[in-house]
Order: sequence, then C-alpha cells, then structure tokens
Amino acid sequence: MKKKQLGILAIPEVQTIVSSLLCILVGLVIGYIVLLIINPAGATEAIITVLKNYFNYPSGPAIMKYLGNTLVKTAPLLMCALSIQFCYKTGLFNIGAAGQYVAGAGASLFLALQLGMPWYVCLIASGLAGAALAFIVGVLKAYANVNEVISGIMLNWIGLYTVNMLLTGVKETASPYTVTIASTNPTALLPNMGLDKLFTNNKYVTIAIPLAIITAIVIWVILNKTVFGYELQATGFNKDAAKYSGMKEKKNIILTLVIGGALAGFGAGFLYLTGYEQWSVTQSAVPDMGFNGIAATFLGGLHPIGTIFASYFIQHITSGGAYLDKNIYPSQISDLISAIIIYLCGFVLFFKLFLNKRIRQRVENANAAKEGGEKK
Amino acid sequence: MDNEYAIEMRNITKKFPGIIANDNITLQLKKGEIHALLGENGAGKSTLMSVLFGLYQPEEGSIYKYGKEVKINDPNDANDLGIGMVHQHFKLVQCFTVLDNIILGVETTKNGILQKAEARKKVQELSDKYGLKVDTEAKIEDITVGMQQRTEILKMLYRDNEILIFDEPTAVLTPGEIDELMAIMKGLAKEGKSILFISHKLNEIMEVADRCTVLRRGKYIGTVEVKNTTKEELSKMMVGRDVEFEVTKTEAKPGDVVLSVEGMTVASSLHHNNAVKNVSFKVRHGEIVCIAGIDGNGQTELVYGLSGLEPLVSGKITLSGKDITNASIRERSKSGMSHIPEDRHKHGLVLDYPLSYNMVLQRYFEDQFSTKAGFLKKGAINEYSDRLIEEYDVRSGQGSATKARSMSGGNQQKAIIARELDKNPDLLLAVQPTRGLDVGAIEFVHKQLVAQRDKGHAVLLVSLELEEVLSVSDRILVMYEGEIVGEFDPKTTSREELGLYMSGAKRMEVKV
Repeated sequence: MKKKQLGILAIPEVQTIVSSLLCILVGLVIGYIVLLIINPAGATEAIITVLKNYFNYPSGPAIMKYLGNTLVKTAPLLMCALSIQFCYKTGLFNIGAAGQYVAGAGASLFLALQLGMPWYVCLIASGLAGAALAFIVGVLKAYANVNEVISGIMLNWIGLYTVNMLLTGVKETASPYTVTIASTNPTALLPNMGLDKLFTNNKYVTIAIPLAIITAIVIWVILNKTVFGYELQATGFNKDAAKYSGMKEKKNIILTLVIGGALAGFGAGFLYLTGYEQWSVTQSAVPDMGFNGIAATFLGGLHPIGTIFASYFIQHITSGGAYLDKNIYPSQISDLISAIIIYLCGFVLFFKLFLNKRIRQRVENANAAKEGGEKK
Repeated sequence: MDNEYAIEMRNITKKFPGIIANDNITLQLKKGEIHALLGENGAGKSTLMSVLFGLYQPEEGSIYKYGKEVKINDPNDANDLGIGMVHQHFKLVQCFTVLDNIILGVETTKNGILQKAEARKKVQELSDKYGLKVDTEAKIEDITVGMQQRTEILKMLYRDNEILIFDEPTAVLTPGEIDELMAIMKGLAKEGKSILFISHKLNEIMEVADRCTVLRRGKYIGTVEVKNTTKEELSKMMVGRDVEFEVTKTEAKPGDVVLSVEGMTVASSLHHNNAVKNVSFKVRHGEIVCIAGIDGNGQTELVYGLSGLEPLVSGKITLSGKDITNASIRERSKSGMSHIPEDRHKHGLVLDYPLSYNMVLQRYFEDQFSTKAGFLKKGAINEYSDRLIEEYDVRSGQGSATKARSMSGGNQQKAIIARELDKNPDLLLAVQPTRGLDVGAIEFVHKQLVAQRDKGHAVLLVSLELEEVLSVSDRILVMYEGEIVGEFDPKTTSREELGLYMSGAKRMEVKV
C-alpha cells in the first residue's frame, strides 16, 4: 500500500536481487584482491578471464558450444540448490543433499552401465536413490529428533563409499573412471531433442536443462500456491503451531526430506546420464555439487526462480576459473576465487536484513507522521 | 546538596525508529518509599527500566542519584550505583543451591578458593533481618517459586543494593505468598530501601505502594499519592477511559453435558511422574467452568490431553457424546473443539505467516479455502481474514497481509480468539486467554467468553489469575499437583478459601 512512497526497494523481490548483486560484487572485489596478493601483474586479466568464461573463445560457434557445457553443469547444481531450498523452507537444513546427489549418481550409473537400462529407468532410479537416503534422515529427525545436519553429513560418506564400491564393477581397466555410457549403453543417454543443435552440436546438451528449469517453477508453485506448501512451510516456521492446528508434522518432515532427496538425486542423473562426466571410483571427497547448492539457493534469495540465475552464475565462474593461466596462478586458484564468491553469497540475507531495517524505519517514520497529523 | 530522591529520572525521552517509547518521562523515587510504576503493555515501563539499567541510552533527559547526575552506560554501572532488579522470570541457576546463586558473580575467594562460610553468615543475617526465609543449601529446582523469589531478593541485598526494582513480582505467586511478599516489601522500605514496583495489578498497588507513577503510550500521565486515589482513578489514568472491572453477566443456564472427562491421566514431559492424575469432570452447555491453580500443577498437561497435543496414559474423553480419547487433533477440532492456547507464540500462531494465513490455520483444508486439486484459494482466505479483522477489531499495520510477528501481543491474541470463536465451537478451551494483555484487552476477552457461554456453548477456562477466576466463571475447579482438589461456586467462595486449596493446605472429595 505504501510501495509508491518508498520506491521499488520496498518490493521484496527487488531487495533480493539488489542484495544478490551486491554479494557478487563484494565477492569479485575480494577475489580480485586475493589475486593481487598472489601476483599483481596478471590479476586484472585473470578476473576478466574468470568472468568471461566461454567468451574467452574467439568464434561464435565455440562460444555457444562452451555455453552449452556451462549449462550442462548448471542443471545438476540447480537441482541440488532446489533440494536445499525446499527443505530450508520447511525449517530443515539438508546438507545431506551432497550425499543424496552421490546416491543418485551411483544408482543411475549402475543401472545404465551394469544393468543396461534405458535412460528413463536410470533417471527415475537416481531420484529414488536420493529419496531413499533422505528418508533415513527424515525418519531419524521426525521420530528421534536427530539433527538432520549430523545424520546428513554422516550419510554423505556412507553414500560415497557405497557408490564407489558399487561402481567398481563398471570401471575402465586402466583408469579409476567408470566406462562411458556412449560406448557401453547409448540408450541410457538422455535425449537431446534437438537442443544440441542450438549449441553447435554439443551432444551433452539434453532435456536435463529444461527439466531442471521446469522443476524450479513447479517447486515455486508448490510452495506458494498449494495446501501442501502451506502445511510444509507452517511446519518449518513453527512445528508446534503446525501440530496444534492438526497437521501431521512428523509426516511433513519426512516427506519434505524425501522430496529434497529426490531433487538432489535427479540432479546427479541430469549430469551423469548426459555422459559429460565419468565417476571416479577412487574419489575420497563428496562431490561439491551438493554444497555449492547451498550457496546457489542463498544467492538466489531462497526463491526458486532466483535460484535458476544464481545456479547459472555460480557455475559460470566455476567454469570460467578453468581458463586461468596456470603459469601465473596455481591451478587451485580458480576454485579459491569461486569459493570466495560462493562464500559471500551467504551474505545475501545480511544485506536483505540491512535493507529491510532501513525501509522499516522509513515506514514507521511515515506512519508516525501520518498518525500525528490525523490525531483525533 | 542533600536530595530526598534516591533515584530521579528527569525528562527521559527514548525513541526507537518511528516510535517514541518514552516521551519526556519523569520518575522520582524517594528514599524508603514503595513507588509503583503502572501502565499497560507497551506503555514504556520496560524501556524506562532498561534506561535505568543502562541497556538503552536516552536521547534526552538525565538520571540523578540523591541530586547528583549519574551516567549509566551498562548494567555494571547500575549495579555499582546500588540498583538491583527481580525479573519477572527469575535468573537463577536451577542446579545450584540458594547460596551459590546468591553469591554467583560476587564470590569471596581466598587464594582462588571459595569462602562459603562467610557468605553463608551474611546471607543468614540478611535473611533474619528482612524475614526472607530460605534454605541456603537447597537446590533451586527443589524449592517453591516463592522461595526462589526470596532468593532473588537476597541476591540484591547481598550486593548491598538499595534501589530495588520488582518487575511484576506477583504473577507467579499464590495468594498466601503474595501477602508474604507485600510484607517483605514493606519491611525493606522501612529499613530504608527504595522500591520500584512494576505492576498492572491495581489491588496490589493500592495495598502496598506509597506513590504511583502512571505511563500511557510512552507518555507520562502523572504521579499520585496512593492513599488519595482509588482503583478506578488509577485505571482511568492508565487506560485513558473508564473500564468495567466487573464482568457483567447473567445467571448461567447449564444444559446438557458437552465435555465429559473420566479418570484422565497425562504424563509429564518434564519429569517421570504423571502431571495429571486420574482427573474426572464435566462441562455443560451454557456454562464457564474454570480450572484454577498455581502455575505448574498440571493445568498445561490437562489441556494438552484434552486438545490431543499429548496422548493420555489412561482415561476417557467424550465430546458431545462422541468418544474422542484417541481422536487426532484435527478430528477434535472438526468435532467442535476450539482451543485458545496458553502460549500464543509457540502454538497459536505461525509468526512468519501473514495474518490471513494464520486466520485459517485450523481450516485451510476446508472446501471454502482450497480446491480439490490442493491449491489454496487466496482470494477466499483474504476475504475471510478481512471479515474477522473487522468483526473482532484486530489492529495491524497492513491488514491481512501483516506478518503476525509484527503485531502487538494484544492483537495477536485477538486474532487467535477471532479464529477460534468463528469456528462456532461447542467447547472452547481457553488457556490463560488474558495473559500479558492490558486492561482494555482483558475486558474484550472476558466479554467474548461470556458471549460464547450465552450462545449456549461450553467454555473451559484455565486461569492463574484469581480475579479472573472469580469474576468470569460459573463454576470453579481447583487443581493441585495434578488432581482436582475442590469445586466451588464463585458467588460463595473467596480468594482466601481458594488459596488454601490451591496451595494444597486443604482438599475435598469432588463428585462428578
């Protein structure tokens, strides 16, 4: 009602966008400073390289092709971010998304390579595997009040080594990587539906990308328009009030995590079933996709649509980091720069808080002035 | 220059963004007097005390001790000036003894070793001097609320504080303990301590205070000699209009039984014993039955058992002839039970939801608010919410869109009452519905309860306030240690009689 007199900054969506942009800016500045400290000579060029990502290529077709690659990895990141966001909205911090992602990768690759299943079976299996892992977290949380962060992190590791073990049977003889889907079972590759043509015949560009975006929109609708979303968020905001009003708060907690787990699991399917990456069965670290999802969801202002753009941005600079000159900077620098920016994404809420405080002051001042004026 | 005021706060103005919490307030506390500070919620009492404690710095005004200006930057400064406070919610370490709590932070040590004997002697002297009976070696968790409060008072005295602030000290006490506290306060004042007594209970102010300063909406209304004023005058100063103290209501005409409870036993979440033990009672159409008792005697668990928040250990509950012993919360709600919960922030509201969403918290799943496909009908929800806001005069910044968190306590409570009454329930469970509300809002709640009764519905009221119990109810059940120990007619009983039963001194067989 008072939006006019306060300007567009009073609109929550605008606030979120402004805060996110501020975060990115601060992150870039700090990243730049770090580069300056390591080697002042190449810093400016380096930061531009990171930001340019695929624009580092001279020709239009090449740019499109590598844009495709960035998008291929954006899809799983977006799914992990949505997983974390969906759970966060109901008051749960699903740090286990990383492990659910691993479970999804394991299930989809095992079905594709070992059992020779077609892509849709593999994809569904990836979602189910993520959901199954999250179900354990949900039951523990609902019935034994075990903190979902603790049980989630522990399951991350159980998931990782189980998957490593499971996929040892389908690895290449000379390397720790799983055999390629294209050579073993091409029916398990996600269909391109002609999307590859748009990106200079980048065969990794599949329906995964539009599916991830559609998922984001569906999540937004569920949270904002449905009874289900109303119940889940009420449970998240205030478990006791949810119980008081007759909601099944235990069921809601489990269901939330199961859906979150399925989202992360699908994310893994969206990446590994394109054939873009192979799984290394000797890896001893949980893939950071699930953790980057945390940053993406916060940078996206905890809004499914914002998260689409945030996921893209984070993947953009992560991919861009690969183009840094390895002679000037150690190869970890690209990870460091993106890590700094991702870390600062958490400040979105802080900036929002600050903005809101300013605005509330102005509203109250305005109200006070108004009340003073029309005192009976 | 000698000045008679132990503490003088002159022309204090404290502003918060958009609101003036204290607008040019002057408070003069004479040495050796009991000075009451009276005001509704949000009148600025806490802000003023926070200024005195150095938690806030006022924009204007200054503080004087015996005529000398002092600067209070933080609570340590306040303590150095001899200002002490008994908070509404005690600040005691539960697993420590009384003595440990008293000396906490000002321990006497020798070579790093506690010297308790000395401390014990000083506490004992203080205890004898002011009649503050405590068992210095008992643990806080094992002693009564009254003794805990005396421990808090001893804490102030042990620190040689001479300006003692009591923040709503009687809320948690039995009538007998209240009388004791009043005597202690008078004794302290006689010994030269200056007391600030924050309260909105007029009876207590009339009984114990020498002078009274009244605040309203952050403004200073006046300071009066208590012996020259009346309850009515004080309340008018506080609220700004005449307030009906007596709840006007006609004779109750109880009809058929709505709620029947037989042998109900509910486990406690705090300890291993049952909190409610084999309780049986009935509530009929057209009557207000009140469960009276001191906080923590099983009332909370009784309501949890009735509303379905906690399962019963044993017993049977029948609502309008239907056995609801094992029914879910939602089934009970649909069977005609409404529940105004004790803790409106914990159970009553989703504070981060807008008011409109909170208004349908018990009925969002009904056809009028959601489609068969599971989508919310936001238009219908807003319309419904707007109607309740209008009917029950719920005030909020942006109407239905206001976040519940940003509303005042009184309006939050009004919203819950609107939601629960609009369900037109056969049985209304109202648990401390006026807790923390000011006089005007209390009047509103009481009228709504009586209106509910007059429509022929049953009301089960759980209250810790004896005034409320006596004025609103048609029948009183007293609860003590999880059992119903007495049934009374409010017209023939008295505060004193109820007090004896509430404290466990007497009990009778109650026939259902």
